[in-house]
Amino acid sequence: MTPIASSTASSTSDSGVFDDVVRSDSSLRRFLHGLPGVDQVGCEARAAGLGTRSIKTTAKAYAIDLAIRMVDLTTLEGQDTHGKVRALASKAMRPDPADPSCPATAAVCVYPDMVATAKQTLGDSGVHVAAVATAFPSGRAAMDIKLADTRDAVEAGADEIDMVIDRGAFLSGRYLDVYEEIVQVRHACGDAHLKVIFETGELQTYDNVRRASWLAMMAGAHFIKTSTGKVQPAATLPVTLIMLEAVRDFREQTGQMVGVKPAGGIKTSKDAIKYLVMVNETCGPDWLDPDWFRFGASTLLNDLLMQRTKMTTGRYSGPDYFTLD
Amino acid sequence: MTDNTFEYAPAPESRAIVDIKPSYGLFINGEFVDGNGRAFKTINPATEEVLAEVAEADDADVDAAVRAARRAYTRVWSRMSGAERAKYLYRIARIIQERGRELAVLESIDNGKPIKESRDVDVPIVAAHFFYYAGWADKLQYSGYGSTPLGVAGQVIPWNFPLLMLAWKIAPALACGNTVVLKPAETTPLTALLFAEICQQADLPPGVVNIVTGAGETGRAIVSHPDVDKVAFTGSTEVGKAIARAVAGSDKKVTLELGGKAANIVFDDAPLDQAVEGIVNGIFFNQGHVCCAGSRLLVQESVAEEVMSRLKRRMATLRVGDPLDKNTDVGAINSAEQLSKIRELSEVGESEGAERWSAPCDLPSNGYWFAPTVFTGVSQAHRIAREEIFGPVLSVLTFRTPSEAVEKANNTPFGLSAGVWTDKGSRILSMANRLRAGVVWANTFNKFDPTSPFGGYKESGYGREGGRHGLEGYLKNTEKGANS
Repeated sequence: MTPIASSTASSTSDSGVFDDVVRSDSSLRRFLHGLPGVDQVGCEARAAGLGTRSIKTTAKAYAIDLAIRMVDLTTLEGQDTHGKVRALASKAMRPDPADPSCPATAAVCVYPDMVATAKQTLGDSGVHVAAVATAFPSGRAAMDIKLADTRDAVEAGADEIDMVIDRGAFLSGRYLDVYEEIVQVRHACGDAHLKVIFETGELQTYDNVRRASWLAMMAGAHFIKTSTGKVQPAATLPVTLIMLEAVRDFREQTGQMVGVKPAGGIKTSKDAIKYLVMVNETCGPDWLDPDWFRFGASTLLNDLLMQRTKMTTGRYSGPDYFTLD
Repeated sequence: MTDNTFEYAPAPESRAIVDIKPSYGLFINGEFVDGNGRAFKTINPATEEVLAEVAEADDADVDAAVRAARRAYTRVWSRMSGAERAKYLYRIARIIQERGRELAVLESIDNGKPIKESRDVDVPIVAAHFFYYAGWADKLQYSGYGSTPLGVAGQVIPWNFPLLMLAWKIAPALACGNTVVLKPAETTPLTALLFAEICQQADLPPGVVNIVTGAGETGRAIVSHPDVDKVAFTGSTEVGKAIARAVAGSDKKVTLELGGKAANIVFDDAPLDQAVEGIVNGIFFNQGHVCCAGSRLLVQESVAEEVMSRLKRRMATLRVGDPLDKNTDVGAINSAEQLSKIRELSEVGESEGAERWSAPCDLPSNGYWFAPTVFTGVSQAHRIAREEIFGPVLSVLTFRTPSEAVEKANNTPFGLSAGVWTDKGSRILSMANRLRAGVVWANTFNKFDPTSPFGGYKESGYGREGGRHGLEGYLKNTEKGANS
């Protein structure tokens, strides 16, 4: 799915441009703290400014279909059952049973023990199975347990692994520990793609988000992801803007593309379109593709479907006309 | 992956909300009257379509307006309590908010500025100015400048922010108990005339606000009228100097807000992505028709290359076109005359050896347009580093040390504004102390608020508008130790 080089245990960037950076804790720290700072007010103003774009008619139809194709349809509840996951997987393949022209979502996102069930339903439909691993959502477990968690999901057939970083290590400045952890998980992923979740609501500052982004990209993440959805605030436009700037700058420096996934709290089509505008005007059209941008969401899909039906029929139907899962 | 182009479909704001009359008279003593002079046309700079014919006030018209203002001053407005005056100002502010969309659309049609700016910047700040000064009207005794009005204020405003400059002039004047005769710029009279209707709607006593349209001659008649007590002008330094000469020797009080050539200083530890936004906002906001525009970028040599590549990439995403489209970032140049000035100075920049780069964009075939442009390799000796271009043209210079940045920033006859971009708070404060500019923005640019005073050093004028300081220009300072 992506042209990114396969993982190696030490560094994933082929050219090894970051070998010097990740040699020691202090060199890594120097690099991350040497990244340009983020002015909070300016960043939020820019994100709000992009949010005022007026996306109408043909542009809106394009954006809604693209957003549907970018959804990682998610259920991450203690109460999840095989039945619930099967239902969700069916919905991911045919979000609008009444309209065959409606595209499928990118993936379903579940806990590792549900991967096999999801995979069984999805088959070779092209819809991926993403599994959260590494002691999601807190990441508070021993390293071998996190790796076992990852391998378990991969063996069950997960195409994508959504890992969480150790925020405790990050916030106490042990960047190299975080880096090594991502490298090891990436290795455990095998052919599965790795998304690295920062839990930006716990990192708090935009400077931290930028540092975490570079840390994860250097460690070989295929995607960087804002949140677990279990902590508030989850995804926001300014946080996503910082991450988009990071992947844009990373490609400029290394030639490699990394995807971005805001997750949690994106509920309406209007919100989703604001994100797409931001992708378009920050990173350019290359990132307007499910390979490079995803929405982690559960309720967003139905709002997209309602808006889509309104655009095609001219009528706005109620939630009862769309399936719950 | 090749069909990933996200084309924004046109999203035009509807023109239906505005009702432009074929011709307009002068607003004198609370009603619209025919002028004695000829009429002139105002056009839409985005299409060159004629919008309306507007009366050109002659000396007799101006005299009638000043007499109406004097009468309203002595009989009504100066005798009214501050609290009563405030009620009218609050009422005007609320009507401006209620009719905000109408004002924004009309402003964009007549001026050429993008609707997102007239809607999100101009009109909200206009209303905020009236609200703010309404609050002062009954508290003038605490202003530090006394509470005695001057009398009749003659006010001449420019075309770049037609309604906003009107608010900057009229709101403090009225709050302090003065009456006004105001002349909008000849290329942008329509929102001032709509404001006249709002004065009627607010039942403002006749003569308190008079709007006379016209060009330079009309302005001269206002400024030199013997019964005008106060002259307030925003516009070019050239005209400002002429006004200063015209009122010399009289007892008229004068405030002038003139040109600028602001330095926007980016240090190597700046938040670069936000600095790039600030550079863009500093010079391309309102097509660069901003007296305090950050038209000289001073960037530290160690990050110059990186800043320039980020800036050019960002400039390539600016959407230039129909001012009424909600997605337009840069609108039309206000007039053919201004466009030729911008072109001329840009050609001078090239011939003097600076390197020119313009954002790739398709410009409409009708109307007045200029692509966002940046000149690199500019030195202090170049005309484009010294003269105000008043258009979407940025001159980039570099510096090595903070002292060099200060020297270059201050090495200009102007001194209206400056910007500083750095993550270091102490450096912001030391730069702000050393920059000879009326406004210094830190890690932002072109931010306006009615509570904040605005005005210049040197050839950028004198007097302050906005905030408590803005009251001074409209009060007889009777406080102990006052010198006027």
